Amino acid sequence: MVSLSIILGITSSGTLAITALLTGVALVALALWIAGLISPRSFNLQKGEAYECGIPTRGESMSQFHVGYYLFAILFLMFDVETVFLFPWAVRMQELGAQGLISIAVFFGVLVLGLVYAWRKGALEWK
Amino acid sequence: MESFSFANLTAAFHNLLLDTLGIPGWLTTTIECVLIGLGMLLAYSLLALFYIYFERKVCAAFQCRLGPNRVGPFGLLQAIADMFKILIKELIELNHIDRFLFALAPYLVIIASMLCFAVLPWGDGLQIIDFNIGIFFLLACSSIGVLGILLAGWSSNNKFTLIGALRSGAQMVSYELSIGISVITMVCLAGTMSVPGIVEQQRDLWFIFGGHIPAILAFIIYIIAGTAETNRGPFDLPEAESELTAGYHTEYSGIHFGFFYLAEYLNLFIVSGVATLLFFGGWMPLHIPGWDGFNAVMDYIPSIIWFIAKAVAISFVIIWFKWTFPRLRIDQLLSLEWKYLLPIGLFNLVLMTLAITFGWTF
Repeated sequence: MVSLSIILGITSSGTLAITALLTGVALVALALWIAGLISPRSFNLQKGEAYECGIPTRGESMSQFHVGYYLFAILFLMFDVETVFLFPWAVRMQELGAQGLISIAVFFGVLVLGLVYAWRKGALEWK
Repeated sequence: MESFSFANLTAAFHNLLLDTLGIPGWLTTTIECVLIGLGMLLAYSLLALFYIYFERKVCAAFQCRLGPNRVGPFGLLQAIADMFKILIKELIELNHIDRFLFALAPYLVIIASMLCFAVLPWGDGLQIIDFNIGIFFLLACSSIGVLGILLAGWSSNNKFTLIGALRSGAQMVSYELSIGISVITMVCLAGTMSVPGIVEQQRDLWFIFGGHIPAILAFIIYIIAGTAETNRGPFDLPEAESELTAGYHTEYSGIHFGFFYLAEYLNLFIVSGVATLLFFGGWMPLHIPGWDGFNAVMDYIPSIIWFIAKAVAISFVIIWFKWTFPRLRIDQLLSLEWKYLLPIGLFNLVLMTLAITFGWTF
């Protein structure tokens, strides 16, 4: 079971990750460059306006938005950080045995309590 | 029977460069990296073209239409014609946008999908990035895409794009949790986070068959969350065309829009690819314990065909969702995730733990 990174003598997968990243950048840059060469260009004052409803935009476009989005983002942050802690346990779960199981059960309980608290507080309702 | 490994091919090539031609090490690395980059670029664009054609044909079949059939035989060149057309469209200069962030957003979206693309196990020995935390790296990279979408919507300075981006952001971060939980469930079963390791564990029996009920539950949760993660099907309200024009990419024109389009199709493939990796054995052929003759026949099919065929089959199911379920409202969408999928996913993780501890797995 060997993959490219080992066989090619590129010792660190980091080099390959950077290659993938640069490939992504190259794709966008190349396509934009080609499009810039062959696409037409014209200037029109109306063309540069926001594409909303055909009439000029009223008020600020970056307007206030529903606070619910913010609330869900915070909840996500909390749960995501906690799932990160579950990963190391998941890998070693079969070796850790009973002790690991009990420790993670306590942690997991707190995680679930957090969800129950948010639920009871009405944070999951979209009002 | 020992199946063909692409690692032999790459090893031979590496030796050819280093020993036979006598090229110094650093240059060899550079040449190989450039070749890998070109290969990825080719695979990425070919796959995107295939997916555009595939989706249009499948959608047409569901609606009793013919789909693209004029450009080339069976309309096969339609996707290429579309891409060329999008390339020669004007890139409109806008007045009120945040130029730097507006230009940055497509880069982030494409980079996220390209990094995930490189982690997928394409075949025996045909995997570009091989971290020992491969699946975790994949999750981390896929969440860069959310940033691109949020930036695109915000920097466009348009009410529609802002609402589209916020909806998309809320949806993608929420459903990422469910994906994370079902991945943890499968990592518990596999006992490793390395992508080749997970594939190797499924040599005799794919996890969907070998993982008892928790694996099936995890797959159902994963496929629902994956559909939402790619902003598709019943969860496409970030780009609900009847209310928000085109969602977060309303202001993008020409090839700038094309990048979001490209990344959307590639994300569909990546979600299907990860489902294949976690539940359907990656590039492993279908093996049924005890059926030695059948297993030997299956081994003759090359690993890369297995991987792509399985991924396309799962993509078909995801496209199927789109024509089966009506679009959800934002509150329904969030309550589906937070009140149903997440608690079920957490319960499923406990179930999997019990199944492994007491040895209920097959």
